[in-house]
Amino acid sequence: MSVLVFAENGDGKFPKSTYEAISYGFALATKMGTSLTALVLGEVSDDALKNLGEYGAAKVLHASDARLNGFNSSAFASALAQAASAEQAKVVILSSTLEGKAVAPMLSVKLKAGLVVGVVALPATDGPFVVRKKVFSGKAFADVQVNSEVRILTVSVNSFSLIKNPAAATVSAFAPQLPEGDFRMVSKEIAKSTNTLSVAEADIVVSGGRGLKGPENWGILENFATAIGAATACSKPVSDSGWRPHHEHVGQTGKAIAPNLYFAFGISGAIQHLAGINSSKVIVVVNKDPEAPFFKAADYGIVGDLFEVLPKLTEALKAFKAGQN
Amino acid sequence: MKILVCITQVPDTTTRISFTGNAFNAAGVQFIINPYDEIALTRALELKETLGGSVTAITVGKPDTEANLRKALAIGADDAIRVNADATDAYFVAAQIADVAKKNGYELVLAGKESIDYNGSEVGSMIAAMLDVPFVGMASRLVVEGEKVTLDREIEGGKEILESTLPLVASAQKGMAEPRIPNMRGIMSARTKPLQVLEPAAADALTAVISYEMPPAKAACKMVPADNPALLIELLHNEAKVI
Repeated sequence: MSVLVFAENGDGKFPKSTYEAISYGFALATKMGTSLTALVLGEVSDDALKNLGEYGAAKVLHASDARLNGFNSSAFASALAQAASAEQAKVVILSSTLEGKAVAPMLSVKLKAGLVVGVVALPATDGPFVVRKKVFSGKAFADVQVNSEVRILTVSVNSFSLIKNPAAATVSAFAPQLPEGDFRMVSKEIAKSTNTLSVAEADIVVSGGRGLKGPENWGILENFATAIGAATACSKPVSDSGWRPHHEHVGQTGKAIAPNLYFAFGISGAIQHLAGINSSKVIVVVNKDPEAPFFKAADYGIVGDLFEVLPKLTEALKAFKAGQN
Repeated sequence: MKILVCITQVPDTTTRISFTGNAFNAAGVQFIINPYDEIALTRALELKETLGGSVTAITVGKPDTEANLRKALAIGADDAIRVNADATDAYFVAAQIADVAKKNGYELVLAGKESIDYNGSEVGSMIAAMLDVPFVGMASRLVVEGEKVTLDREIEGGKEILESTLPLVASAQKGMAEPRIPNMRGIMSARTKPLQVLEPAAADALTAVISYEMPPAKAACKMVPADNPALLIELLHNEAKVI
Protein backbone atom coordinates (compact mmCIF):
# COMPACT_ATOMS: atom_id res chain seq x y z
CA MET A 1 0.00 0.00 0.00
CA SER A 2 1.22 3.52 -0.72
CA VAL A 3 0.32 6.98 -1.96
CA LEU A 4 1.72 7.75 -5.42
CA VAL A 5 2.33 11.31 -6.63
CA PHE A 6 2.97 12.19 -10.24
CA ALA A 7 5.84 14.71 -9.88
CA GLU A 8 5.34 16.73 -13.03
CA ASN A 9 8.37 18.52 -14.47
CA GLY A 10 8.86 21.12 -17.17
CA ASP A 11 12.16 20.89 -19.07
CA GLY A 12 13.70 18.92 -16.20
CA LYS A 13 12.61 21.34 -13.47
CA PHE A 14 9.87 20.86 -10.88
CA PRO A 15 7.41 23.76 -10.63
CA LYS A 16 5.97 24.85 -7.27
CA SER A 17 2.73 22.97 -8.04
CA THR A 18 4.69 19.68 -7.97
CA TYR A 19 6.02 20.40 -4.47
CA GLU A 20 2.45 21.27 -3.44
CA ALA A 21 1.28 17.87 -4.72
CA ILE A 22 4.14 16.15 -2.85
CA SER A 23 3.29 18.07 0.36
CA TYR A 24 -0.36 17.05 -0.03
CA GLY A 25 0.62 13.46 -0.76
CA PHE A 26 2.87 13.29 2.29
CA ALA A 27 0.13 14.65 4.56
CA LEU A 28 -2.30 12.06 3.16
CA ALA A 29 0.18 9.18 3.37
CA THR A 30 0.86 10.07 7.02
CA LYS A 31 -2.87 10.15 7.72
CA MET A 32 -3.26 6.73 6.10
CA GLY A 33 -0.23 5.30 7.89
CA THR A 34 1.68 4.60 4.71
CA SER A 35 4.53 6.10 2.70
CA LEU A 36 4.81 8.35 -0.32
CA THR A 37 6.28 7.43 -3.70
CA ALA A 38 6.85 10.00 -6.45
CA LEU A 39 6.96 9.15 -10.15
CA VAL A 40 9.09 11.31 -12.43
CA LEU A 41 8.87 10.99 -16.22
CA GLY A 42 11.58 12.20 -18.61
CA GLU A 43 15.13 13.38 -18.09
CA VAL A 44 15.67 15.13 -14.73
CA SER A 45 18.95 15.65 -12.84
CA ASP A 46 19.75 13.47 -9.82
CA ASP A 47 19.89 16.51 -7.55
CA ALA A 48 16.40 17.57 -8.58
CA LEU A 49 15.12 14.03 -7.96
CA LYS A 50 16.68 13.94 -4.48
CA ASN A 51 15.07 17.29 -3.72
CA LEU A 52 11.62 15.63 -3.80
CA GLY A 53 12.61 14.02 -0.50
CA GLU A 54 12.65 17.49 1.07
CA TYR A 55 8.84 17.50 0.90
CA GLY A 56 8.35 13.93 2.08
CA ALA A 57 8.83 11.53 -0.84
CA ALA A 58 10.36 8.37 0.64
CA LYS A 59 10.88 6.80 -2.76
CA VAL A 60 11.30 8.29 -6.24
CA LEU A 61 10.65 6.22 -9.35
CA HIS A 62 12.39 7.72 -12.34
CA ALA A 63 11.57 6.75 -15.93
CA SER A 64 14.29 8.60 -17.84
CA ASP A 65 13.02 7.43 -21.27
CA ALA A 66 13.62 10.41 -23.59
CA ARG A 67 10.25 9.79 -25.26
CA LEU A 68 8.73 11.04 -22.01
CA ASN A 69 10.50 14.42 -22.09
CA GLY A 70 7.57 16.06 -23.85
CA PHE A 71 4.00 15.90 -22.64
CA ASN A 72 2.06 12.91 -23.98
CA SER A 73 -1.08 12.14 -22.00
CA SER A 74 -1.44 8.56 -23.30
CA ALA A 75 2.15 7.55 -22.54
CA PHE A 76 2.09 9.36 -19.19
CA ALA A 77 -1.12 7.53 -18.24
CA SER A 78 0.44 4.16 -19.22
CA ALA A 79 3.52 4.86 -17.09
CA LEU A 80 1.45 6.04 -14.12
CA ALA A 81 -0.87 3.03 -14.29
CA GLN A 82 2.12 0.67 -14.19
CA ALA A 83 3.73 2.59 -11.32
CA ALA A 84 0.43 2.56 -9.41
CA SER A 85 0.14 -1.19 -9.65
CA ALA A 86 3.85 -1.78 -8.88
CA GLU A 87 3.50 0.37 -5.75
CA GLN A 88 0.04 -0.97 -4.89
CA ALA A 89 -1.07 2.64 -4.65
CA LYS A 90 -4.39 3.29 -2.94
CA VAL A 91 -4.39 6.96 -3.90
CA VAL A 92 -2.73 8.58 -6.92
CA ILE A 93 -2.19 12.34 -6.77
CA LEU A 94 -1.52 14.75 -9.64
CA SER A 95 -1.38 18.54 -9.84
CA SER A 96 -4.44 20.25 -11.28
CA THR A 97 -2.34 21.67 -14.11
CA LEU A 98 -2.91 21.34 -17.85
CA GLU A 99 -0.89 18.09 -17.84
CA GLY A 100 -2.42 16.67 -14.68
CA LYS A 101 -5.95 17.36 -15.88
CA ALA A 102 -5.32 15.61 -19.22
CA VAL A 103 -3.58 12.55 -17.73
CA ALA A 104 -5.76 11.90 -14.66
CA PRO A 105 -8.96 10.97 -16.59
CA MET A 106 -7.02 8.51 -18.79
CA LEU A 107 -5.51 6.97 -15.67
CA SER A 108 -8.99 6.80 -14.15
CA VAL A 109 -10.11 4.62 -17.09
CA LYS A 110 -6.99 2.44 -17.03
CA LEU A 111 -7.30 1.73 -13.29
CA LYS A 112 -11.09 2.02 -13.15
CA ALA A 113 -10.43 4.41 -10.27
CA GLY A 114 -12.72 7.27 -9.27
CA LEU A 115 -11.28 10.72 -9.99
CA VAL A 116 -11.83 14.06 -8.28
CA VAL A 117 -10.34 17.07 -10.10
CA GLY A 118 -9.30 20.25 -8.30
CA VAL A 119 -9.35 19.16 -4.65
CA VAL A 120 -8.70 21.85 -2.04
CA ALA A 121 -8.33 19.85 1.19
CA LEU A 122 -7.24 16.47 2.49
CA PRO A 123 -9.88 13.73 2.24
CA ALA A 124 -11.74 12.16 5.13
CA THR A 125 -10.33 8.65 5.31
CA ASP A 126 -12.06 7.17 8.36
CA GLY A 127 -15.24 5.78 6.87
CA PRO A 128 -16.10 6.69 3.27
CA PHE A 129 -13.42 8.47 1.24
CA VAL A 130 -14.81 12.00 0.84
CA VAL A 131 -12.86 14.95 -0.54
CA ARG A 132 -13.69 18.61 -1.14
CA LYS A 133 -13.35 20.31 -4.53
CA LYS A 134 -14.26 23.63 -6.08
CA VAL A 135 -17.30 23.68 -8.35
CA PHE A 136 -19.18 26.33 -10.33
CA SER A 137 -15.92 28.06 -11.18
CA GLY A 138 -15.06 28.59 -7.52
CA LYS A 139 -18.50 29.88 -6.51
CA ALA A 140 -19.07 26.82 -4.28
CA PHE A 141 -17.50 23.65 -2.89
CA ALA A 142 -18.69 20.07 -3.34
CA ASP A 143 -17.85 17.11 -1.13
CA VAL A 144 -17.34 14.12 -3.38
CA GLN A 145 -17.37 10.50 -2.26
CA VAL A 146 -15.11 8.15 -4.20
CA ASN A 147 -16.40 4.59 -4.26
CA SER A 148 -13.59 2.72 -6.02
CA GLU A 149 -10.75 0.91 -4.29
CA VAL A 150 -8.09 3.09 -5.92
CA ARG A 151 -8.69 6.85 -5.93
CA ILE A 152 -7.20 9.59 -8.08
CA LEU A 153 -7.07 13.24 -7.00
CA THR A 154 -5.74 16.34 -8.74
CA VAL A 155 -4.70 19.05 -6.29
CA SER A 156 -5.83 22.59 -7.05
CA VAL A 157 -2.81 24.84 -7.68
CA ASN A 158 -1.99 27.35 -4.87
CA SER A 159 -4.50 25.69 -2.51
CA PHE A 160 -2.21 23.53 -0.40
CA SER A 161 0.85 25.02 1.30
CA LEU A 162 4.33 23.68 0.81
CA ILE A 163 5.41 21.71 3.86
CA LYS A 164 8.98 20.55 4.27
CA ASN A 165 9.31 17.02 5.63
CA PRO A 166 12.91 16.19 4.89
CA ALA A 167 13.44 12.53 4.16
CA ALA A 168 16.25 10.75 2.37
CA ALA A 169 14.52 9.75 -0.83
CA THR A 170 15.71 6.58 -2.50
CA VAL A 171 15.78 7.00 -6.26
CA SER A 172 15.25 3.95 -8.43
CA ALA A 173 15.02 3.57 -12.18
CA PHE A 174 11.62 2.66 -13.55
CA ALA A 175 11.05 1.30 -17.05
CA PRO A 176 7.36 1.23 -17.99
CA GLN A 177 6.21 -0.66 -21.08
CA LEU A 178 4.92 1.99 -23.46
CA PRO A 179 2.74 0.67 -26.28
CA GLU A 180 3.33 2.01 -29.84
CA GLY A 181 -0.22 3.33 -29.84
CA ASP A 182 0.75 5.92 -27.22
CA PHE A 183 2.83 7.72 -29.84
CA ARG A 184 0.24 8.32 -32.56
CA MET A 185 0.40 11.97 -31.57
CA VAL A 186 3.65 13.79 -32.37
CA SER A 187 4.88 17.15 -31.09
CA LYS A 188 5.99 19.42 -33.95
CA GLU A 189 6.84 22.70 -32.29
CA ILE A 190 6.85 24.27 -28.85
CA ALA A 191 6.63 28.02 -28.42
CA LYS A 192 7.13 29.24 -24.84
CA SER A 193 7.06 32.86 -23.87
CA THR A 194 10.39 33.46 -22.14
CA ASN A 195 11.11 35.32 -18.92
CA THR A 196 7.49 36.04 -18.13
CA LEU A 197 5.95 34.72 -14.96
CA SER A 198 3.05 32.34 -15.69
CA VAL A 199 -0.32 33.76 -14.61
CA ALA A 200 -1.46 30.33 -13.37
CA GLU A 201 1.49 29.87 -11.03
CA ALA A 202 2.26 33.40 -9.86
CA ASP A 203 1.82 34.27 -6.16
CA ILE A 204 0.84 37.83 -7.08
CA VAL A 205 -1.19 38.81 -10.15
CA VAL A 206 -1.78 42.37 -11.37
CA SER A 207 -4.73 42.64 -13.71
CA GLY A 208 -6.08 45.45 -15.87
CA GLY A 209 -9.46 46.13 -17.41
CA ARG A 210 -11.11 48.58 -19.74
CA GLY A 211 -10.44 51.32 -17.19
CA LEU A 212 -6.90 51.51 -18.59
CA LYS A 213 -8.46 52.92 -21.77
CA GLY A 214 -6.01 51.39 -24.27
CA PRO A 215 -3.02 49.08 -24.75
CA GLU A 216 -0.64 52.06 -24.81
CA ASN A 217 -1.38 52.65 -21.10
CA TRP A 218 -0.20 49.25 -19.89
CA GLY A 219 3.23 50.61 -18.99
CA ILE A 220 2.09 51.94 -15.60
CA LEU A 221 0.55 48.58 -14.78
CA GLU A 222 3.64 46.68 -15.89
CA ASN A 223 5.85 48.98 -13.79
CA PHE A 224 3.82 48.12 -10.74
CA ALA A 225 3.83 44.40 -11.59
CA THR A 226 7.61 44.42 -11.98
CA ALA A 227 8.07 46.30 -8.70
CA ILE A 228 5.93 43.85 -6.73
CA GLY A 229 7.09 40.73 -8.63
CA ALA A 230 3.75 39.85 -10.17
CA ALA A 231 2.45 38.28 -13.37
CA THR A 232 0.14 40.47 -15.48
CA ALA A 233 -3.40 39.48 -16.44
CA CYS A 234 -6.45 41.16 -17.95
CA SER A 235 -10.22 41.04 -18.22
CA LYS A 236 -12.17 39.56 -21.14
CA PRO A 237 -13.02 42.84 -22.94
CA VAL A 238 -9.32 43.70 -22.91
CA SER A 239 -8.22 40.44 -24.57
CA ASP A 240 -11.24 40.51 -26.92
CA SER A 241 -10.18 43.97 -28.12
CA GLY A 242 -6.66 42.67 -28.72
CA TRP A 243 -5.09 45.06 -26.18
CA ARG A 244 -3.47 42.09 -24.46
CA PRO A 245 -2.79 38.48 -25.55
CA HIS A 246 -5.50 35.87 -24.91
CA HIS A 247 -3.33 33.87 -22.51
CA GLU A 248 -3.54 36.78 -20.04
CA HIS A 249 -7.35 36.63 -19.89
CA VAL A 250 -8.57 35.52 -16.46
CA GLY A 251 -12.25 34.78 -15.86
CA GLN A 252 -14.94 32.23 -16.55
CA THR A 253 -13.92 31.63 -20.16
CA GLY A 254 -10.24 32.41 -19.63
CA LYS A 255 -7.91 31.12 -16.93
CA ALA A 256 -9.05 30.41 -13.39
CA ILE A 257 -6.34 31.44 -10.96
CA ALA A 258 -5.77 31.33 -7.19
CA PRO A 259 -2.87 33.64 -6.31
CA ASN A 260 -2.15 34.88 -2.78
CA LEU A 261 -2.72 38.45 -3.90
CA TYR A 262 -4.78 39.72 -6.83
CA PHE A 263 -4.90 43.37 -7.93
CA ALA A 264 -7.70 44.54 -10.23
CA PHE A 265 -7.21 47.94 -11.84
CA GLY A 266 -10.13 49.36 -13.79
CA ILE A 267 -12.14 46.12 -13.79
CA SER A 268 -15.81 46.47 -12.80
CA GLY A 269 -16.07 42.87 -11.52
CA ALA A 270 -18.65 41.12 -13.69
CA ILE A 271 -19.71 37.75 -12.27
CA GLN A 272 -17.87 35.98 -15.11
CA HIS A 273 -14.62 37.73 -14.18
CA LEU A 274 -15.05 36.92 -10.48
CA ALA A 275 -15.52 33.24 -11.38
CA GLY A 276 -11.91 33.15 -12.55
CA ILE A 277 -10.32 34.92 -9.59
CA ASN A 278 -12.56 34.30 -6.57
CA SER A 279 -10.13 31.71 -5.16
CA SER A 280 -7.47 34.41 -4.70
CA LYS A 281 -6.55 34.75 -1.02
CA VAL A 282 -6.48 38.57 -0.93
CA ILE A 283 -8.15 40.80 -3.51
CA VAL A 284 -7.37 44.50 -4.01
CA VAL A 285 -9.60 46.60 -6.26
CA VAL A 286 -8.85 50.05 -7.62
CA ASN A 287 -11.73 51.65 -9.51
CA LYS A 288 -12.98 55.19 -9.98
CA ASP A 289 -16.60 54.02 -9.65
CA PRO A 290 -17.45 53.49 -5.95
CA GLU A 291 -20.44 51.38 -7.08
CA ALA A 292 -18.29 48.90 -9.03
CA PRO A 293 -19.51 45.40 -8.02
CA PHE A 294 -15.91 44.26 -7.61
CA PHE A 295 -15.66 46.09 -4.26
CA LYS A 296 -18.14 43.57 -2.79
CA ALA A 297 -15.70 40.74 -3.56
CA ALA A 298 -12.60 42.67 -2.48
CA ASP A 299 -10.60 42.72 0.76
CA TYR A 300 -9.07 46.14 0.14
CA GLY A 301 -10.27 48.89 -2.13
CA ILE A 302 -9.30 52.32 -3.40
CA VAL A 303 -11.81 54.55 -5.11
CA GLY A 304 -9.82 56.75 -7.42
CA ASP A 305 -8.40 57.42 -10.86
CA LEU A 306 -6.00 54.56 -11.56
CA PHE A 307 -3.82 56.83 -13.71
CA GLU A 308 -3.03 58.74 -10.51
CA VAL A 309 -3.21 55.85 -8.03
CA LEU A 310 -1.04 53.32 -9.90
CA PRO A 311 2.15 55.42 -10.17
CA LYS A 312 1.78 56.48 -6.52
CA LEU A 313 1.28 52.88 -5.48
CA THR A 314 4.41 51.88 -7.40
CA GLU A 315 6.39 54.62 -5.60
CA ALA A 316 4.99 53.60 -2.21
CA LEU A 317 5.90 49.99 -2.90
CA LYS A 318 9.44 50.87 -3.96
CA ALA A 319 9.84 52.93 -0.77
CA PHE A 320 8.56 49.97 1.26
CA LYS A 321 10.97 47.56 -0.46
CA ALA A 322 13.85 49.98 0.02
CA GLY A 323 12.97 50.23 3.73
CA GLN A 324 13.06 46.45 4.08
CA ASN A 325 16.60 46.12 2.74
CA MET B 1 -15.81 12.89 -41.88
CA LYS B 2 -18.14 11.69 -39.11
CA ILE B 3 -17.84 14.00 -36.12
CA LEU B 4 -19.41 13.51 -32.69
CA VAL B 5 -19.68 16.59 -30.43
CA CYS B 6 -20.26 16.16 -26.68
CA ILE B 7 -22.75 18.66 -25.32
CA THR B 8 -23.53 19.31 -21.68
CA GLN B 9 -25.90 21.89 -20.34
CA VAL B 10 -24.80 24.23 -17.57
CA PRO B 11 -26.33 27.11 -15.62
CA ASP B 12 -26.05 30.41 -17.52
CA THR B 13 -22.81 32.23 -16.64
CA THR B 14 -24.67 34.99 -14.75
CA THR B 15 -26.47 32.51 -12.43
CA ARG B 16 -26.27 33.10 -8.69
CA ILE B 17 -25.46 29.61 -7.43
CA SER B 18 -27.47 28.25 -4.51
CA PHE B 19 -28.36 24.88 -3.00
CA THR B 20 -31.42 23.39 -1.36
CA GLY B 21 -30.32 20.72 1.05
CA ASN B 22 -27.68 18.72 -0.73
CA ALA B 23 -28.82 19.52 -4.26
CA PHE B 24 -28.22 22.34 -6.71
CA ASN B 25 -31.18 24.72 -6.68
CA ALA B 26 -32.31 24.78 -10.33
CA ALA B 27 -35.37 26.96 -9.66
CA GLY B 28 -35.36 29.91 -12.04
CA VAL B 29 -31.99 28.91 -13.51
CA GLN B 30 -31.58 29.11 -17.26
CA PHE B 31 -29.52 26.26 -18.69
CA ILE B 32 -27.34 26.89 -21.71
CA ILE B 33 -24.99 24.80 -23.85
CA ASN B 34 -21.62 24.78 -22.06
CA PRO B 35 -19.70 27.64 -23.78
CA TYR B 36 -16.68 25.47 -24.61
CA ASP B 37 -18.92 22.77 -26.12
CA GLU B 38 -20.38 25.47 -28.36
CA ILE B 39 -16.87 26.26 -29.62
CA ALA B 40 -16.32 22.54 -30.34
CA LEU B 41 -19.66 22.33 -32.16
CA THR B 42 -18.87 25.35 -34.32
CA ARG B 43 -15.48 23.95 -35.33
CA ALA B 44 -17.14 20.63 -36.19
CA LEU B 45 -19.57 22.46 -38.48
CA GLU B 46 -16.73 24.36 -40.17
CA LEU B 47 -14.90 21.05 -40.81
CA LYS B 48 -18.05 19.50 -42.27
CA GLU B 49 -18.52 22.49 -44.57
CA THR B 50 -15.04 22.07 -46.07
CA LEU B 51 -14.60 18.28 -45.89
CA GLY B 52 -18.14 16.92 -46.08
CA GLY B 53 -19.49 14.34 -43.65
CA SER B 54 -21.80 14.81 -40.71
CA VAL B 55 -21.97 16.35 -37.25
CA THR B 56 -23.84 14.59 -34.43
CA ALA B 57 -24.46 16.28 -31.08
CA ILE B 58 -24.69 13.95 -28.09
CA THR B 59 -25.69 14.53 -24.50
CA VAL B 60 -26.26 12.29 -21.49
CA GLY B 61 -29.29 13.57 -19.64
CA LYS B 62 -32.99 13.43 -18.90
CA PRO B 63 -35.66 14.94 -21.24
CA ASP B 64 -35.04 18.45 -19.83
CA THR B 65 -31.74 18.52 -21.77
CA GLU B 66 -33.48 18.24 -25.15
CA ALA B 67 -34.02 22.00 -25.52
CA ASN B 68 -30.27 22.51 -25.65
CA LEU B 69 -29.84 19.57 -28.05
CA ARG B 70 -32.40 21.28 -30.32
CA LYS B 71 -30.31 24.43 -30.02
CA ALA B 72 -27.27 22.44 -31.21
CA LEU B 73 -29.37 21.30 -34.18
CA ALA B 74 -30.42 24.91 -34.82
CA ILE B 75 -26.76 25.98 -34.84
CA GLY B 76 -26.20 23.34 -37.54
CA ALA B 77 -25.69 19.78 -36.24
CA ASP B 78 -27.25 17.18 -38.57
CA ASP B 79 -28.67 14.98 -35.86
CA ALA B 80 -28.64 14.54 -32.10
CA ILE B 81 -28.48 11.70 -29.60
CA ARG B 82 -29.70 11.84 -26.02
CA VAL B 83 -28.65 8.99 -23.76
CA ASN B 84 -31.54 8.82 -21.35
CA ALA B 85 -29.83 8.84 -17.95
CA ASP B 86 -28.78 11.26 -15.24
CA ALA B 87 -25.20 12.36 -15.78
CA THR B 88 -24.07 10.88 -12.46
CA ASP B 89 -20.32 11.26 -12.88
CA ALA B 90 -17.73 11.81 -15.59
CA TYR B 91 -16.81 8.12 -15.84
CA PHE B 92 -20.43 7.11 -16.43
CA VAL B 93 -20.97 9.87 -19.01
CA ALA B 94 -17.75 9.04 -20.85
CA ALA B 95 -18.70 5.35 -20.94
CA GLN B 96 -22.03 6.24 -22.60
CA ILE B 97 -20.46 8.46 -25.24
CA ALA B 98 -17.59 6.04 -25.91
CA ASP B 99 -20.16 3.28 -26.45
CA VAL B 100 -22.03 5.34 -29.06
CA ALA B 101 -18.77 6.43 -30.72
CA LYS B 102 -17.53 2.84 -30.95
CA LYS B 103 -20.75 1.47 -32.42
CA ASN B 104 -21.10 4.22 -35.04
CA GLY B 105 -17.48 4.71 -36.13
CA TYR B 106 -16.99 8.43 -35.47
CA GLU B 107 -13.55 9.58 -36.62
CA LEU B 108 -13.40 12.73 -34.55
CA VAL B 109 -14.93 13.28 -31.12
CA LEU B 110 -14.90 16.86 -29.83
CA ALA B 111 -15.71 18.19 -26.37
CA GLY B 112 -15.26 21.48 -24.53
CA LYS B 113 -12.13 21.92 -22.40
CA GLU B 114 -14.30 21.72 -19.26
CA SER B 115 -17.88 22.23 -18.14
CA ILE B 116 -18.33 25.50 -16.30
CA ASP B 117 -20.35 23.83 -13.51
CA TYR B 118 -18.26 20.90 -12.26
CA ASN B 119 -15.01 22.08 -13.89
CA GLY B 120 -13.75 18.52 -14.26
CA SER B 121 -12.08 18.46 -17.72
CA GLU B 122 -12.62 14.73 -17.48
CA VAL B 123 -15.05 13.41 -20.08
CA GLY B 124 -13.01 14.06 -23.26
CA SER B 125 -9.85 12.35 -22.13
CA MET B 126 -11.78 9.48 -20.53
CA ILE B 127 -13.51 8.83 -23.87
CA ALA B 128 -10.10 8.77 -25.59
CA ALA B 129 -8.81 6.20 -23.09
CA MET B 130 -11.96 4.08 -23.48
CA LEU B 131 -11.64 4.15 -27.28
CA ASP B 132 -7.83 3.77 -27.09
CA VAL B 133 -7.25 6.76 -29.38
CA PRO B 134 -5.05 9.85 -28.88
CA PHE B 135 -6.33 12.84 -26.89
CA VAL B 136 -5.43 16.50 -27.24
CA GLY B 137 -6.80 18.78 -24.52
CA MET B 138 -7.14 22.58 -24.46
CA ALA B 139 -6.83 22.85 -28.25
CA SER B 140 -7.10 26.34 -29.71
CA ARG B 141 -6.69 25.23 -33.36
CA LEU B 142 -7.66 22.05 -35.19
CA VAL B 143 -7.02 21.50 -38.90
CA VAL B 144 -7.71 18.26 -40.79
CA GLU B 145 -5.82 17.32 -43.95
CA GLY B 146 -6.59 13.81 -45.16
CA GLU B 147 -5.77 11.42 -42.33
CA LYS B 148 -3.61 13.98 -40.54
CA VAL B 149 -4.84 16.39 -37.87
CA THR B 150 -2.78 19.41 -36.80
CA LEU B 151 -3.61 21.04 -33.48
CA ASP B 152 -2.38 23.84 -31.26
CA ARG B 153 -2.71 23.20 -27.58
CA GLU B 154 -1.97 25.27 -24.52
CA ILE B 155 0.94 24.05 -22.38
CA GLU B 156 2.36 25.64 -19.22
CA GLY B 157 3.77 28.98 -20.31
CA GLY B 158 3.12 28.64 -24.01
CA LYS B 159 1.77 26.69 -26.95
CA GLU B 160 2.57 23.39 -28.65
CA ILE B 161 1.81 22.33 -32.22
CA LEU B 162 0.96 18.64 -32.58
CA GLU B 163 0.13 16.20 -35.32
CA SER B 164 -2.12 13.25 -34.74
CA THR B 165 -3.73 10.44 -36.66
CA LEU B 166 -7.49 9.84 -36.80
CA PRO B 167 -9.54 8.76 -34.92
CA LEU B 168 -8.92 11.37 -32.28
CA VAL B 169 -10.60 12.98 -29.29
CA ALA B 170 -9.89 16.69 -28.70
CA SER B 171 -11.18 19.29 -26.26
CA ALA B 172 -11.77 22.83 -27.44
CA GLN B 173 -10.99 26.15 -25.85
CA LYS B 174 -11.19 29.76 -26.93
CA GLY B 175 -9.62 30.39 -30.32
CA MET B 176 -10.68 27.16 -32.06
CA ALA B 177 -13.83 28.79 -33.48
CA GLU B 178 -16.16 31.72 -32.89
CA PRO B 179 -19.53 30.38 -31.68
CA ARG B 180 -22.43 30.89 -34.10
CA ILE B 181 -25.84 32.28 -33.28
CA PRO B 182 -28.58 30.11 -34.79
CA ASN B 183 -30.51 31.84 -37.60
CA MET B 184 -34.26 31.55 -38.25
CA ARG B 185 -33.79 28.87 -40.90
CA GLY B 186 -31.68 26.83 -38.50
CA ILE B 187 -34.25 27.16 -35.73
CA MET B 188 -37.07 26.08 -38.10
CA SER B 189 -35.15 23.08 -39.45
CA ALA B 190 -34.03 22.00 -35.96
CA ARG B 191 -37.59 20.97 -35.15
CA THR B 192 -37.58 18.24 -37.79
CA LYS B 193 -33.98 17.03 -37.54
CA PRO B 194 -33.57 13.57 -35.99
CA LEU B 195 -33.14 13.43 -32.20
CA GLN B 196 -32.59 9.85 -31.16
CA VAL B 197 -33.10 8.74 -27.54
CA LEU B 198 -30.96 5.78 -26.46
CA GLU B 199 -31.14 3.82 -23.23
CA PRO B 200 -27.83 3.87 -21.32
CA ALA B 201 -25.21 1.15 -21.64
CA ALA B 202 -24.25 -0.69 -18.46
CA ALA B 203 -21.60 1.40 -16.67
CA ASP B 204 -20.67 2.36 -13.12
CA ALA B 205 -20.40 5.77 -11.57
CA LEU B 206 -17.21 5.83 -9.50
CA THR B 207 -17.87 9.07 -7.62
CA ALA B 208 -20.87 10.89 -6.16
CA VAL B 209 -21.35 14.41 -4.83
CA ILE B 210 -22.75 14.06 -1.31
CA SER B 211 -23.05 17.72 -0.31
CA TYR B 212 -22.35 21.30 -1.30
CA GLU B 213 -21.21 24.31 0.62
CA MET B 214 -20.97 27.99 -0.21
CA PRO B 215 -17.65 29.67 0.59
CA PRO B 216 -17.71 31.80 3.76
CA ALA B 217 -19.02 35.32 3.14
CA LYS B 218 -16.30 37.89 2.60
CA ALA B 219 -15.76 40.48 5.29
CA ALA B 220 -16.53 44.01 4.13
CA CYS B 221 -13.96 45.59 1.84
CA LYS B 222 -11.55 47.84 3.72
CA MET B 223 -11.33 51.16 1.89
CA VAL B 224 -8.06 53.06 1.62
CA PRO B 225 -8.01 56.76 0.66
CA ALA B 226 -6.74 57.33 -2.90
CA ASP B 227 -4.11 59.80 -1.68
CA ASN B 228 -2.55 57.33 0.77
CA PRO B 229 -1.37 54.29 -1.22
CA ALA B 230 1.40 53.74 1.36
CA LEU B 231 -1.36 52.68 3.78
CA LEU B 232 -2.45 49.96 1.37
CA ILE B 233 1.11 48.63 1.16
CA GLU B 234 1.33 48.68 4.95
CA LEU B 235 -1.97 46.78 5.32
CA LEU B 236 -0.92 44.17 2.76
CA HIS B 237 2.32 43.70 4.67
CA ASN B 238 1.23 43.82 8.32
CA GLU B 239 -2.43 42.78 8.24
CA ALA B 240 -2.91 40.50 5.22
CA LYS B 241 0.76 39.41 5.30
CA VAL B 242 0.89 38.79 1.57
CA ILE B 243 3.85 41.01 0.69
